[in-house]
Amino acid sequence: MLLAFFVGLLLLVSVVFNCLGAVSLYRFPDVYTRLHGATKCTTFGTLFIAFALLLYSIIRFMAVEGESRFLVLFIHVLIAAVVLLISNPAGAHALARAAHRSGILPEPAIVDSLEDMEKEMTRQRGGVAL
Amino acid sequence: MSASQYLFVGMALIMALLVILVSGRLIVGPTTADRLIALDVINTLVSGIMLLLGAVYDSVVMVDVAIVYMALSFVSTLYFARHLEGGF
Repeated sequence: MLLAFFVGLLLLVSVVFNCLGAVSLYRFPDVYTRLHGATKCTTFGTLFIAFALLLYSIIRFMAVEGESRFLVLFIHVLIAAVVLLISNPAGAHALARAAHRSGILPEPAIVDSLEDMEKEMTRQRGGVAL
Repeated sequence: MSASQYLFVGMALIMALLVILVSGRLIVGPTTADRLIALDVINTLVSGIMLLLGAVYDSVVMVDVAIVYMALSFVSTLYFARHLEGGF
């Protein structure tokens, strides 16, 4: 019962952040702010699901001696958390760069550092666009 | 089932409702980039559901499927992003 309390606490954090991520897709005005809200919140929320599963499996493994399937579950969920933590922000960066290159610009922005950097890199390469 | 497994089932149901909520942005998104963001969020939520149900049904295979799903959704996100920016 104590285990269920702590697992429920972690799942509560997770559901709050996942709901914020889903709501941010509707409340934010343009692509970049939506990407900012949705990706960060869902990565953090799903990471806390993985934390809840890690706590559950390691406590069940230590409580019932000799049941190695909970240790196997622990290791696999750990691998899943690492994969999630690496792949999700990288995909979000690729999406943001693709949105910028496809011509969508943030409305009230004054400084565009990515465009300046790409112009500088093109100039250094001798005028050959990427 | 133990008490925490009931919590996992409830959490999976909430995540499924969130998938339905997010798919509205997938349908009405004004630009293609909005649709891609919604697709990315849905992929993350579905992999979370797979992790939860793997613990509920005591099957580690489901967690392995979730890992492969995350990797494939990352590759497809990169592919769609490359298509959107008009690369190759």
